[in-house]
Amino acid sequence: MKIADRPIADRRCFAPRRSVFVVVLLVAAGNVIVGQRPEALPIKIGFIAPLSGPNAQNGRDILNGFLLYLQEIGSGVDGRRIDVIIEDDEAIPAVGLTKTRKLVERDKVHLMAGALLSSTGYALAPYIDAMRIPMLYPVVSADDLTQRRRSKWIVRTGYSGSQPNHAFGEYAYHTLGLKKVATIALDYAFGWESVGGFQRTFEAEGGLVAQKIWCPVFVHDFAPYLAQIPRDVDAVYALFLGRSALQFMRQYQEFGLKQRVRLIGAGTTTDEHVLPFMGDEALGVVTALHYTAALDTPANRKFVAAYRARYNRVPSYYSESMYTGAKWLVTAVEVVHGNVEDSATLVDALRHVKLTDAPRGPLELDDYGNPIENVYIRRVERVNGQLQNTVIETIPRVSQFWKYNPADYLKQPLYARR
Amino acid sequence: MIYIITQFLNGLFSAALLFLIAGGLTLVFGVMRIVNIAHGSFYMLGVYVAYTVIARTDSLLLGTIAAVLLVAAVGLAVERLFLRRFASRPLPQMMMTMGFALVFRDAAFMIWGGDPFTLPYPALLAGSVETRDIVFPAYRLFVMLVAAVVGLLLWVLNEHTLIGAKLRATVDDPEMAAATGINVALVSGGVFAAGAALAAFGGVMGGPILGGYAGMDLDLLPLAFVVVIIGGMGSLKGALVGSIAVGLIDNFGKALVPELSYFTLFAPMVIVLAIKPTGLYGRG
Repeated sequence: MKIADRPIADRRCFAPRRSVFVVVLLVAAGNVIVGQRPEALPIKIGFIAPLSGPNAQNGRDILNGFLLYLQEIGSGVDGRRIDVIIEDDEAIPAVGLTKTRKLVERDKVHLMAGALLSSTGYALAPYIDAMRIPMLYPVVSADDLTQRRRSKWIVRTGYSGSQPNHAFGEYAYHTLGLKKVATIALDYAFGWESVGGFQRTFEAEGGLVAQKIWCPVFVHDFAPYLAQIPRDVDAVYALFLGRSALQFMRQYQEFGLKQRVRLIGAGTTTDEHVLPFMGDEALGVVTALHYTAALDTPANRKFVAAYRARYNRVPSYYSESMYTGAKWLVTAVEVVHGNVEDSATLVDALRHVKLTDAPRGPLELDDYGNPIENVYIRRVERVNGQLQNTVIETIPRVSQFWKYNPADYLKQPLYARR
Repeated sequence: MIYIITQFLNGLFSAALLFLIAGGLTLVFGVMRIVNIAHGSFYMLGVYVAYTVIARTDSLLLGTIAAVLLVAAVGLAVERLFLRRFASRPLPQMMMTMGFALVFRDAAFMIWGGDPFTLPYPALLAGSVETRDIVFPAYRLFVMLVAAVVGLLLWVLNEHTLIGAKLRATVDDPEMAAATGINVALVSGGVFAAGAALAAFGGVMGGPILGGYAGMDLDLLPLAFVVVIIGGMGSLKGALVGSIAVGLIDNFGKALVPELSYFTLFAPMVIVLAIKPTGLYGRG
């Protein structure tokens, strides 16, 4: 049993000792079972995510959600204990592929889960398909993974980049009453797809995206871009994440824009992975995503309380992604009665899981392997001194194709920069 | 017009921050011929130390002082205990600073985790200055002022004090300087510590706007190198001119032709190198 190739130590957030402890507990419980039924070998799940480098905290959130769920189910599935083998993909696609090869070929895992960046997601797909190993992507959101470049062996339980934004574009026009919007976003596929999704439905309803500003991902001073925002728009739609979200939000206020032009955006801009580090500059920002830690349902309240108790921080959508992802995997394994060696049956089971009580709400896959799930319109508010994404509207059962016919939708090109 | 003035001011702000960071880099290279890859780590450590101290004491001033002193001490230790062993051997020294960059990066991650943060604004400078249609943040103007003062102090120190004279002697000819009784090792250690302290100070100054985050150590380093290469390695005047050039070009480049922001950043460097390989104020 190995938890990772390199020691994971992050005093504040990760609580390494406890994590190791949990896995040891699983092993102990498993051993007892093995003692009774010597034929029951462990189910091996390979996990990759960036656990070092600039994206490490997101990777840890994903892993934390995973470990939390495994702790909750305790003794394994159908008499087989679960072994998780964790690898750091360093947010580099080539490293992710090498580590995945190692997990599949040397560790002989039965199924794979993880990956954060779309680039890694695309890099793994041909290999996963060639090796016929079922893999669950909890986060990777590149539209085409479940659209024009589908994989038989990959199941996505997260979302496609444009998915919440389709819903948001319509909402922004009708409910927020916006007619003219400028967008400012990170200049890569995730930005293009999110902005593209928003623009499509917003303009279909009669709105106008007056200007699209793209910031290279390495930018940290947004001043040259902020100066380009036209003053005559009803709102600015922003897509950032991590430190860029923090910096953007600060600088938007710094240049006096917050008082003048309303700010809306993609869910990551105010997601809980960065929201606790923001100040009043984030108040009132309206965004759309399939999860918020402030979602007031029994399942989510329970999840947030357990997550806070164990990691001493509020869960982000990354945390929830692999908590639900783990639940998804375990449900599928139960359906095949722990027979994970039959990967074709397993992947079929993975495609037909339906969860009704995930923290984010109900979800199931469409025919293309992408979840149909609620999209929440959230507004940043301060409650008991803490910033949170309060749900102001729930748009139920949103598909990646929105209200369009999938076949027609797929004839359109992928959302791009222009 | 408003647009151009705003972008011009933005450019000067970038230049101010770049100058604080590149100034230390060029000093260290001038005296010790070390291409210090760990310079970005000192910049990062400055923000992180300040963040910790400010969180405990609520004092920006204390945070800044602690960051500058602590990072200077770290710089001194790196020079005394490690780099000194490879004196006058640029390649092993560079590899060693590269190793330190990785060590500091992982150490920062273990100690502070991977979450981004920003430092608070000084209370007096939180707002923005508004004249007619131009809105410009007061804090950015303050950073420009501070960088100008630091530049002036460095110039006075370099040109009009005995320390400066020794420094210049060491830059020009370390062996001859040693022969005249200058303690070259001491000068080197002091300069390396001062360079680290300047980087840390730059980090703290940028803290309210740029903050601290995993990976910031290698974010600004390429820009600082571009500044130093344009200005001439080892020249303080070069660092000043280089910062202003890079700050303005980078800002106007991003604003006017965003698709070419890397090109507009590196093209001036290539042109300068083609015409004057030692940089604008560098000596061969």
